[in-house]
Amino acid sequence: MRPLHEVLLLAVVLTDLWVLGTSRLSAAIRATALQGALLAALPVALYGDASPHMLALAAGTLLVKAIVLPRLMSRAIRETSVRRESEPLIGFATSLLFGAVAVALAFGIAPRLSLPGLQSEMLVPVAFATVMIGLVVLTTRGKAIMQVVGYLLLENGIYVFGLSQAQRVPFLVEVGVLLDVFAGVFVMGIVVFEINRAFDTLDSDQLSDLRD
Amino acid sequence: MNVASAAGLLLVLLLAPLVPGLANRTKSALTGRRGAPLGQPYADLARLWRKGLVVSRTTTAVFRATPVLLLATTLLAACLLPLDGQAAPIHFTGDLLAFAGLLAMGRWWLVLGALDTGSSFEGMGASREVTLASFAEPALLLCLTVLALATGDFRLQAMLGGSLGSVWHGVAPSLVLAAAGLFIVALAEGARVPVDDPATHLELTMIHEVMVLDHSGPDLALIEYAHALKMAVFGALVVRVLVAGALLPPAASLAVLVAGLALYAIAIGVVESVTARFRMARVPQLLLTACAVAGFGLILLMR
Repeated sequence: MRPLHEVLLLAVVLTDLWVLGTSRLSAAIRATALQGALLAALPVALYGDASPHMLALAAGTLLVKAIVLPRLMSRAIRETSVRRESEPLIGFATSLLFGAVAVALAFGIAPRLSLPGLQSEMLVPVAFATVMIGLVVLTTRGKAIMQVVGYLLLENGIYVFGLSQAQRVPFLVEVGVLLDVFAGVFVMGIVVFEINRAFDTLDSDQLSDLRD
Repeated sequence: MNVASAAGLLLVLLLAPLVPGLANRTKSALTGRRGAPLGQPYADLARLWRKGLVVSRTTTAVFRATPVLLLATTLLAACLLPLDGQAAPIHFTGDLLAFAGLLAMGRWWLVLGALDTGSSFEGMGASREVTLASFAEPALLLCLTVLALATGDFRLQAMLGGSLGSVWHGVAPSLVLAAAGLFIVALAEGARVPVDDPATHLELTMIHEVMVLDHSGPDLALIEYAHALKMAVFGALVVRVLVAGALLPPAASLAVLVAGLALYAIAIGVVESVTARFRMARVPQLLLTACAVAGFGLILLMR
């Protein structure tokens, strides 16, 4: 059988596609929470050692990405009572197609990139695919909450890429990144509330009408 | 064709009506009802078989031929599968396309029979069926392509039998993805809940039910049986993809097939209980998900 980390990486891509294909905000948030949990298990599965460094990284990721951030976002959609992404810039079927192309592209490009000390040949393509799908979500969805989800996917992709070099990156840097993401989503959450209060909607299109 | 593969075919032919029966029973149990007994589909078929036949005067020979041809194509498609995981009753190079083609031909006759009645209602059902088929068929072919690429063979007998057994351990993730894609296609082909609701007779929602409205008696029995058989064939396909029968002795392989079919029927019942029927416009999205999942399996094989 395949090693555990490859199965985890596969599941990460599937959660990407899940976010891309769903119109329900709560489903998208659940998918990112699941992805956060998968990412937390990934470093342990990848390096197979239980050093304090790895365990701390896993625990921190689990706490921030699988528990705190999804809660924060769930609260945001509860308070603003927005349930669905109604007007994406491109349809869900088309964005799924985009996602499939992104995955194919990622798996096509990654082997040409020779990185030293890779633990698994699937790390880089999965990282690329997640970053690209995050970009698609970030740019094509109208609801501010979905854009936060896209931002999280983007960051998750960078995290996966960082894992390929995890033994060289100092612990403090990783914690700093986690803190950054947390602060970012926190600020976005507040912005979401404010958008909702000011315009009675979460469509970020409304923001560009401010000019006149 | 050896004893085991004949036994596999016979088992599937006999047990086919149990698949919708078990799915409906699961749905009843999960929604707090007792539900019809498992043998209900058999009783329904026997009742229909004894009934008389009413044929509208506006129909032609096509209408009468539809049930027979639908059952014949589905039967032939079932014969192409190595149901015991070793050998198929009929096999030749490239028969994976024949498999998809036979199922498509069965659908074509069913649609033609529906159009033949001249009823605008049935025409609407036929149009929906064909629209969804244009998404379901590529998904099916993509899943079969994953299998062909994984095994390097173009005969279903080898793709689901011997060749699959030898590469099974190395390509498991792709196979799981292909099986997931096939399951979604099976929901669409079997006219089950996220796509179509077998329990409703509402004008706005039916697809499969509406196309067979004018059939009655033995003709309807043939269509219902062919439909159950089609569901069982897709179930057998999913089971054979997930568990390489070639690695098991024939008897164990057949036992896995029966247990797998039961699990498949229960899975359909669970899906029906936890999801609502999708809007027509959302169904292609579901089938595109099947394509994306199978495509991902393909990419994993190609790297």
